Amino acid sequence: MSTSTTPAPDTQRLAMAKAINLGLRRAMERDPKVLLMGEDIGALGGVFRVTDGLQKDFGGDRVVDTPLAESGIVGTAIGLAVAGYRPVCEIQFDGFIFPAYDQITTQLAKLHYRSRGAVQVPVVIRVPYGGGIGAVEHHSESPEALFAHTAGLRVVSPANPADAFTMIQQAIACPDPVLFLEPKARYWDKADVEVSAADQVAGGQAGLNTARVVRQGSDVTVAAYGPSVATALRAATAAEAEGHSLEVLDLRTISPIDFGTIADSVHRTGRLVVVHEAPVFFGAGAEIAARISQECFYHLEAPVARVGGFHAPYPVSKLEHEYLPDLDRVLHAVDDVLAH
Amino acid sequence: MITTDTTGAIPPVGETDDDLIQLLTPEGERVYHEAYTPRIEDLDRAALEGLYRDMVLVRRFDTEATSLQRHGELGLWPPCLGQEAAQIGSGRALARQDYAFPSYRELGVAWTRGVDLRKVLHQFRGEDHGGWDPAEHNFHLYTLVIGSHALHATGYAMGIQRDGDVGTGDPDRDRAVVAYFGDGATAQGDLNEALTFAAVNDSPVVFFCQNNHWAISEPTTRQSRVPLFHRGRGFGIPSVRVDGNDVLACYAVTTEALERARSGGGPTFVEAVTYRMGAHTTSDDPTRYRTKADEEVWRRRDPIDRLEVLLRAEGTGEEFFTALDAEADELGEDVRSYCRAIPVPPASRMFENVYATENALVSTEREWFTEYSEGFLTEEVAR
Ligand SMILES: Cc1ncc(C[n+]2csc(CCOP(=O)(O)OP(=O)(O)O)c2C)c(N)n1
Ligand SMILES: [Mg+2]
Repeated sequence: MSTSTTPAPDTQRLAMAKAINLGLRRAMERDPKVLLMGEDIGALGGVFRVTDGLQKDFGGDRVVDTPLAESGIVGTAIGLAVAGYRPVCEIQFDGFIFPAYDQITTQLAKLHYRSRGAVQVPVVIRVPYGGGIGAVEHHSESPEALFAHTAGLRVVSPANPADAFTMIQQAIACPDPVLFLEPKARYWDKADVEVSAADQVAGGQAGLNTARVVRQGSDVTVAAYGPSVATALRAATAAEAEGHSLEVLDLRTISPIDFGTIADSVHRTGRLVVVHEAPVFFGAGAEIAARISQECFYHLEAPVARVGGFHAPYPVSKLEHEYLPDLDRVLHAVDDVLAH
Repeated sequence: MITTDTTGAIPPVGETDDDLIQLLTPEGERVYHEAYTPRIEDLDRAALEGLYRDMVLVRRFDTEATSLQRHGELGLWPPCLGQEAAQIGSGRALARQDYAFPSYRELGVAWTRGVDLRKVLHQFRGEDHGGWDPAEHNFHLYTLVIGSHALHATGYAMGIQRDGDVGTGDPDRDRAVVAYFGDGATAQGDLNEALTFAAVNDSPVVFFCQNNHWAISEPTTRQSRVPLFHRGRGFGIPSVRVDGNDVLACYAVTTEALERARSGGGPTFVEAVTYRMGAHTTSDDPTRYRTKADEEVWRRRDPIDRLEVLLRAEGTGEEFFTALDAEADELGEDVRSYCRAIPVPPASRMFENVYATENALVSTEREWFTEYSEGFLTEEVAR
């Protein structure tokens, strides 16, 4: 009987909100220049409790309850970054990022370029986004395309607690500004997260650059990110019962998009469905469909299908289940591409 | 007089003219004020009873809505508990032709504008993004994005100027606008831009700030180092601080501000010092950031209690209170049954009113959606 064992990795079962909380904590312990700023992130711990307990442990200088002004939050974060800090801003809800839109698109995204690399602005902007929680107006939107359209800004979105834990640390370590979109409907989903003391950042920037195959399949590729990955996985399970094998990709990053991983998958399946909650019109799926049609033209058995929100403002919560892409809508698109 | 107290949240009073305007103490005693007492001289006992009734009914409605949320009938509710005097006092100062731009807690103002309060429930039940026709009541839709609507109010006031409805001296023609917002909103860029635009244009708009001491979990000290009405002064706007739990003072101060605006004197900034007695919304947990003791201090300054003391002292009989209780009970019951009966809108509503004109993309998506949904129905029938 051997007594030598490989040490069990330090795993904890965490909800996504808690995983991000722990990721923020690790980043703050590692680098004294990391600071958090946002509305109600101190004593309250944020409206989703993502920053719970951090002000108590790191103090009001590093976990800052800001005045109620998003342009102020991002604008001062830029100044702090120029001064050598690594600010992590919280925007309370997707629909409230727009007062900061000017700072993000005209300043944050462009400083590095304008200074020909002399100035880095490693600012992270965390935003709970997406629908499905029965909220009032402006609390359920998916504005990622507006930001992905802006060069100089990375746009990423984790889909599970493990990625959330790693990716938030990678985003903070990244010298580029990162819009970090947190699928609020998944905040309470739990999963095992490897939280061993090993430096998560040593793993590089993988989560910020690459997509991942989260379920292998051979008939149709379903590419999703953030809140839609779980929907795609459920669709894959349902499709299996009908004899269709879906390969599910978690894109993780919307800018840049890992076209290589998508193309690899499409080479195998010949069919692609892209799913996101944001409106289909000018959404991330449009860019993916265009590129993949171009790059994989001879491998495609059917036109790329897109499943997403409609060209209408996010509806009242009593109708959001009709608006959001669900299992049935994904399967409908799968049937469409298989019919070719 | 309310000064800095155990909450420590009101920035210290600076000059003597910074004193809070108060015409009715928390104990229910009248206070004489040279400038403002004359403005409430027209309020006879019936009028005072009217203000009291307003506050009692609005509070009952508000309390019912909170409990409807607790019972799963509403998705969310932002209570106006404790702020009734600020809202009723200011709202009752508006003339019919004036226009109000609320934020999202202005149930009392909605009441004074003649909005059927039950319509306010639709938004919070997730059935509607609005609920009423703004033009019918000169009461804009709620705006959830903090500060935005202060600019809309200012723009509306600029329209009034262009219509020539300012300074004519005709009390049925001259009109003004009130923008309602909170202490937190004063930090927002849009709000400060609204003050700038109103000031340089002399626009007929009253900026009515309900300083309820909290922006969710953040005390007013996180937004400002000076009393909020000093903000208005910085823009060159006449500014005044009023006891926001004193319905008489709120009425007097707003009446004066509206008169100035309608007569061509430009904007006014009013800071009504009040307290959010409830949670920010039903999703909030105030125990994480404030104490029961803080709340207790303000419970003793309740806006309704003090008017009751005054009414009783000035001769209002028990019958009035008994009848009002019955009216409130009836209202409560009606609210509950109305709320439960609000129908879920048809899914096709999503595609309506996206544009004022025909839009090919919306039409195509609507058609697709209809066909897609009907597909499910056919499937079910086939089974
Ligand atoms: C632009 C914007 N940012 C953030 C929010 C989220 N939010 C809703 S209410 C609120 C606090 C508002 O405080 P205050 O202006 O004092 O009004 P009160 O709620 O106290 O009436 C915040 C931060 C929002 N609605 N809009
Ligand atoms: Mg407030």
